[in-house]
Amino acid sequence: MIIEHPLLGPRDAQEFTCLGDASLINRPDWQEDDAVNRFYEYLYLRDNPAGEHRELWYHEQGDRSWLVVTRNTVTHEILRVELAIDVARTARSKDRT
Amino acid sequence: MSTDNRLEGGLVDRSSSVRFSFDGASYTGFKGDTLASALLANGVRLMGRSFKYHRPRGPLTAGPEEPNALVELRGKNRREPNTRATTVELFDGLEADSQNRWPSLKFDALAINDLMPSLFAAGFYYKTFMWPKAFWEKLYEPLIRRAAGLGSLSGEPDPDVYDKGFLHCDMLVIGSGPAGLAAALAGGRAGARVILAEEDFIVGGRLNAESFSVDDKPGHEWARSVFDELSSMANVRILTRTAVIGAFDHGVYGALERLTDHLATAEPGKPRQVLWRIYAKRTVLCAGATERPIAFPNNDRPGIMLSGAIRSYVNRFATTPGKKVAIFTNNDDGLRTVTDLKAKGVEIAAVIDTRTDGPSIDNVTHFQGARVVDTKGRYGLQEITVEQANGKTCRIDCLALGVSGGWNPNVHLTCHQRGRPVWDESLAAFLPHGVPEGMQVAGAANGELSTAAAFATGARTAGEALEDLGFKATGGKLPQSEDDPVNISPFWYVEGKGRAWVDLQNDVTVKDIKLAHQEGYRSVEHLKRYTTLGMATDQGKTANITGLAVMAEATGKSIPETGTTIFRPPYSPVAIGAFAGRHRDMSFRPVRKTPSHKWAEEQGAVFVEAGQWLRAQWYPQSGETHWRESVDREVLATRKSVGICDVTTLGKIDIQGADATRFVNAVYCNAFAKLPVNKVRYGLMLREDGMVMDDGTTARLAEDHYVMTTTTANAGPVFRHLEFCRQCLWPELDVQLISTTEAWAQFAVAGPNSRGLLRKIVDRDFDLSNDAFPFMGCAEVTVCGGLRARLFRISFSGELAYEIAVPTRYGDALVRALMKAGEEFDVTPYGTEALGVMRIEKGHVTGNELNGTITALNLGMERMVSSKKDSIGTVLSRREGMNHGDALKLVGLRPVDASQAFAAGSHFMKRGDEASAANDQGYMTSVCFSPNLGHAIGLGFLKDGANRIGEVVRAVNPLQKQETEVEVVSPHFIDPEGERLRG
Amino acid sequence: MAEYQLEPINALGLSETVDAEIGLVRIVENNANSLASIAIRLGNEKKFSSSARKLLGFALPGPGESASSKTYSAFWSAPNQWFVEASEKSHADIAHILKEELAEMASVTEQTGGWCRFDIEGKTVTSMLERLCMLDMAGMKAGAANRSVIEHIGVFLLCRREHEAISVYGPRSMADSLHHALIAAAKSIA
Repeated sequence: MIIEHPLLGPRDAQEFTCLGDASLINRPDWQEDDAVNRFYEYLYLRDNPAGEHRELWYHEQGDRSWLVVTRNTVTHEILRVELAIDVARTARSKDRT
Repeated sequence: MSTDNRLEGGLVDRSSSVRFSFDGASYTGFKGDTLASALLANGVRLMGRSFKYHRPRGPLTAGPEEPNALVELRGKNRREPNTRATTVELFDGLEADSQNRWPSLKFDALAINDLMPSLFAAGFYYKTFMWPKAFWEKLYEPLIRRAAGLGSLSGEPDPDVYDKGFLHCDMLVIGSGPAGLAAALAGGRAGARVILAEEDFIVGGRLNAESFSVDDKPGHEWARSVFDELSSMANVRILTRTAVIGAFDHGVYGALERLTDHLATAEPGKPRQVLWRIYAKRTVLCAGATERPIAFPNNDRPGIMLSGAIRSYVNRFATTPGKKVAIFTNNDDGLRTVTDLKAKGVEIAAVIDTRTDGPSIDNVTHFQGARVVDTKGRYGLQEITVEQANGKTCRIDCLALGVSGGWNPNVHLTCHQRGRPVWDESLAAFLPHGVPEGMQVAGAANGELSTAAAFATGARTAGEALEDLGFKATGGKLPQSEDDPVNISPFWYVEGKGRAWVDLQNDVTVKDIKLAHQEGYRSVEHLKRYTTLGMATDQGKTANITGLAVMAEATGKSIPETGTTIFRPPYSPVAIGAFAGRHRDMSFRPVRKTPSHKWAEEQGAVFVEAGQWLRAQWYPQSGETHWRESVDREVLATRKSVGICDVTTLGKIDIQGADATRFVNAVYCNAFAKLPVNKVRYGLMLREDGMVMDDGTTARLAEDHYVMTTTTANAGPVFRHLEFCRQCLWPELDVQLISTTEAWAQFAVAGPNSRGLLRKIVDRDFDLSNDAFPFMGCAEVTVCGGLRARLFRISFSGELAYEIAVPTRYGDALVRALMKAGEEFDVTPYGTEALGVMRIEKGHVTGNELNGTITALNLGMERMVSSKKDSIGTVLSRREGMNHGDALKLVGLRPVDASQAFAAGSHFMKRGDEASAANDQGYMTSVCFSPNLGHAIGLGFLKDGANRIGEVVRAVNPLQKQETEVEVVSPHFIDPEGERLRG
Repeated sequence: MAEYQLEPINALGLSETVDAEIGLVRIVENNANSLASIAIRLGNEKKFSSSARKLLGFALPGPGESASSKTYSAFWSAPNQWFVEASEKSHADIAHILKEELAEMASVTEQTGGWCRFDIEGKTVTSMLERLCMLDMAGMKAGAANRSVIEHIGVFLLCRREHEAISVYGPRSMADSLHHALIAAAKSIA
């Protein structure tokens, strides 16, 4: 597979490791009343769609960027690649507003 | 029969004759021959024995699709079984042997199988040998294993080397027939980076096998001139002897280049083959088509081959498989062989056309609406029986029969991404459908079977691809060549009494397929597995479609309704060595060496692999005959005076930034917010699920600067985790991370005299006294007259101890200086074994304990998990199931009888309990012999262990049938109060 | 005067640098330089780039690129992070020198000991490295700097001259394995 790195262009997937569902970015608030349940859901209840899936990939043999890769798990087509830090910042600023 | 079947002309080089041997007999051929063509030229038609019935077989084809003519090449430890004689390039001194026969090719004892076909019919594995049941393992399976299979391996290590490689291009052209050459020319002239891959050793494909002219030149001359033009272009790379074996995601292709297989002697050390990974923005597949046979009774005798293959032998290799040849066809293309043979003066015995409306041929015995119904000739064809349109039969003498059932486009690579080809009625063939992204198909592979159409579609397809990529295709005039239709009338098999072979390699007959259908097999995938149709080295390249057609007829369905089996990589066989590449033996993976490696080698250290690292395990001294002697000595000497150990392998992560403190505090479960500058603290890192991920010490070098250490094994995973936290969880923090594991050579200096030793190394202006530099202090210092260094007062051994770090290139010098300075203290270097003994004696945990299922509570460190802050893993470590009273707790174990030993991995049972999983009380994680205590000691996890100190349990090791009574004790065997390390 | 003198050794463990000529390529161990990483502190981007430019004599290069002046060269290693290189003779403690100038604007980390460097020159550099590395070696322009893998070893590859000269930086502990891989590939194509 080839991942189109937002900064470095097309790079072989061999340079990356995959972590899974990009929802791991949205870590719950530890001070919520039902924090244990929220963390449980965050960590264990993930979707495993046949089709479009947002995944976290780490450019371990490259620039050490975490990427959010939107990939079709059936065709392997990669539809979008973003820097996870940008995705996380956007998510955080939305949380605040 | 004449032994000289060599003809005039052809593309062989008559000026270089080549000597070779087959089954020990010597022959002569020419450069440019294949093994098969040279054997045929010498009158040898019998080249192999079939898989099940050991039937005599000769080549069916002249190319990589060959099912029959499989030989063993390159003797001894280079032996290569199942090599297709039709693709082996002849070289001087080539030695080939036939296979799957005993004692000889001509007299094969197992040919007796041929007399018992009912035993070996479809699914025979599942029927014949089913009873009595007890016979399977002892009798049948060994028998089948001995009889089955084709060639055999040498069983020795392959002495050759194989490379891997990576190529990038704008356009990959697969196949160099007319379509491929037209595509490559278009790409090359447009300035694109083109790779042209050709499995054969010359370019041209069918242009070399046919007698057509192209632009008034013989086709092969035209191909040669294009080869010359492409070779002159810097942007074009031609890879001959290179088979593209797989089409993978996103334009990645696998290709195997054979570099030295065609050489009499290869230079030592040069790779035999290269397995290329090709990254292509666009791919034009010009893989051509493969002719398929018609099945008829006894259609497997040597001399019966594909009609187009005969043209290859005649036109390219100047060889005829026999002096008298008959042709059996259902299409016009098959008739071309007649013309080409006649042109070379070979006698045509007869032409048998299944069609009644095919073109008529003059001056030849010509049967229309006829079929071949039987053949004769024990080791090679002698005679065929023809059933004419009027039902009469006649016998015809001939030494070869060319069969053409039409052409199958080579769609294999289009299917590697689960593309499913579609049936085309007019061509009676499957055409590519749903091809991989970035691939386009041209020429015969796409059903464009004429030469003119191949040129046109090759050029046009490449032009489209180039335009997509932003290149300007130059167009140019297309070469002129034949544009004749094939006029096929589908005809698959002849009914008759004898066995009609569909898959020659696996000995599958028309009857086998019908039997499979009778027995209820409906899906083609099941058919394949039940009959073995299309399996083994040729993957049914000449058999699959005919097999499908027979199946379709049996089921009363159409061929498209029946569907095809799926094609998977590799397209053609690849030696396992090529997949391994350089990664074998000592080069299996890279080795990491510590800064003191060279010095340790000089000391005669015994090394151990710790992950990729090579670490000194112990340092034997003269007279020591057992490793325990060395290790015990190292431990005792360190505890008595001072020892030195290279600890560079521990991961070191440099953490800086205005928010470095917040970050460190959030990734460790224990409190770090108030760690003062120049102090070190033990840190426990949890995973988000509350399990312990890693532990280590972290030093605060400045307000905004930390150095974290990780265990050796977890250096990579912890760094990845920290980057995840930084980028994905807390992107608003000002934190920068970088690994410095290798940048510093770090040594533990441990033992009561460690301070005394370091006083001689650390420059005088730094005060090493206990007051000025107490336990868990750290400082940036200089050593040996000004070299910058880092000093940490931390202890893994439990002794007064330091770790000292210098820039890596000085590590070798530092260990020598430490050893010299330590002479007065009888300093001892110690290895990982002594390190392990001392940490077990001290009760420190390591990877053995932090096994991924262990929580802070299990370690007795639950009070370290701060509930006042947000850190990874703290919330989920509160889960009820992880906090019950019966939870495992870290304890120490010692044998009740001090002379007894026990093993790590043993499980604990209560004294009276039966040793069973239900009674399991926990397990032993680390064990060593403590030279200080004089008996074995262990660490382990025991249910509610903290409250069971003093209890005696059994350490049970059923694997080694070992059982030892052990007393539960504190995990701190040595200096439980920690007075030594604070001293 | 200190009692013990510390002499550095090379990444391949010798006191002389290893220099091998195989076919048309030459592979030379380079121990002459110091290395440090610099990373921008959050919010200091503007100030940092002008200070860095003044200090280094060039603007810090973008992703996949390198730049150099008489004293310094630098290559991009990660977002907001670069490796800076200078002669060991003049910049033995390069991290300290850079930190003095960049102060609170950047995190600076000494990297000299972490890496080994091999300079490869010759007409067949591209064919040699395409046996080792998945990057597009033939398409690499002078100044390109990329991190990737050679035989399971994480490396930086810097193109000094297109198709002619490449420097490979690998983890110092793996210098022997990396050197072995380079030599083997050079022999393969010689």
